[in-house]
Amino acid sequence: MQKEAYPLKKVCIICAKGTLEDVYATLVLANGAVMEGIETKVFFTFFGLDAITKKRINSIHTAVVGNPAMRLPGNLPFPTLLGILPGMEALASYMMKKEMEKLDIPSIPEFLEMITAGGGEIYACKLAMDMFKLKKEDLVDEVKDILTVGDFYAMCGGEGTQIIFT
Amino acid sequence: MATKNYSGKTIEVTDEGYLVNPKDWTPEIASEIAKENGINLTEKHFAVINFMRQKYENGETLTIRSVGKSGIVDIKGFYELFPGTPLKLASKIAGLPKPSSCV
Repeated sequence: MQKEAYPLKKVCIICAKGTLEDVYATLVLANGAVMEGIETKVFFTFFGLDAITKKRINSIHTAVVGNPAMRLPGNLPFPTLLGILPGMEALASYMMKKEMEKLDIPSIPEFLEMITAGGGEIYACKLAMDMFKLKKEDLVDEVKDILTVGDFYAMCGGEGTQIIFT
Repeated sequence: MATKNYSGKTIEVTDEGYLVNPKDWTPEIASEIAKENGINLTEKHFAVINFMRQKYENGETLTIRSVGKSGIVDIKGFYELFPGTPLKLASKIAGLPKPSSCV
């Protein structure tokens, strides 16, 4: 691989959605950056807060209704009407998590631990916290602080910095 | 392909400095690669390196998570032993190919 003339030094990643795939996109990008020695800050807002809320962290699901990419095992089409059955969302999410475990992809709590162990920082959005009536103690311990948008932008300065919205 | 002189021998390395042939590796070479990267290897470093070489020989994909579960170091400790890019750096010192894992 060729060396970049202007290497990436810092990433600020925003997660605003609470579905399995959106949360994982954020976590894989964040952990990958930490592994590369890139300074990493992750900002969870709106439904993304579910991924760092104690009561919600273990029930992050993928959408089985209105998700055209959804497939049954064997790559068979997944009819939207099937998705309306009770428990289907939990089942599909459970199966997806099982497949990920096979690839040694960590669970969400473990991912948060890994990111912070490597020096990455996790933040929550103040406005969304107020909206969902959440307090600091409702969030997992890995959360470093609750920020306003302005606070977050203030952390995103510097040469070689990118803001990523997943 | 580049070569490097480690402990009196000419060793084939990739452009990024990973040994081409993991069998060329010796603990002395490990110490020399570590020094190039500003690390003085301790027993703990070697315990991690040997664990990684063992996993590699078993054909397993190396991940930060697997090292964290080795019982030798936790993930935080791994970052402390091999600062910055622990999986890459430790692989390089262990004479293993550049890690191909995303997690």
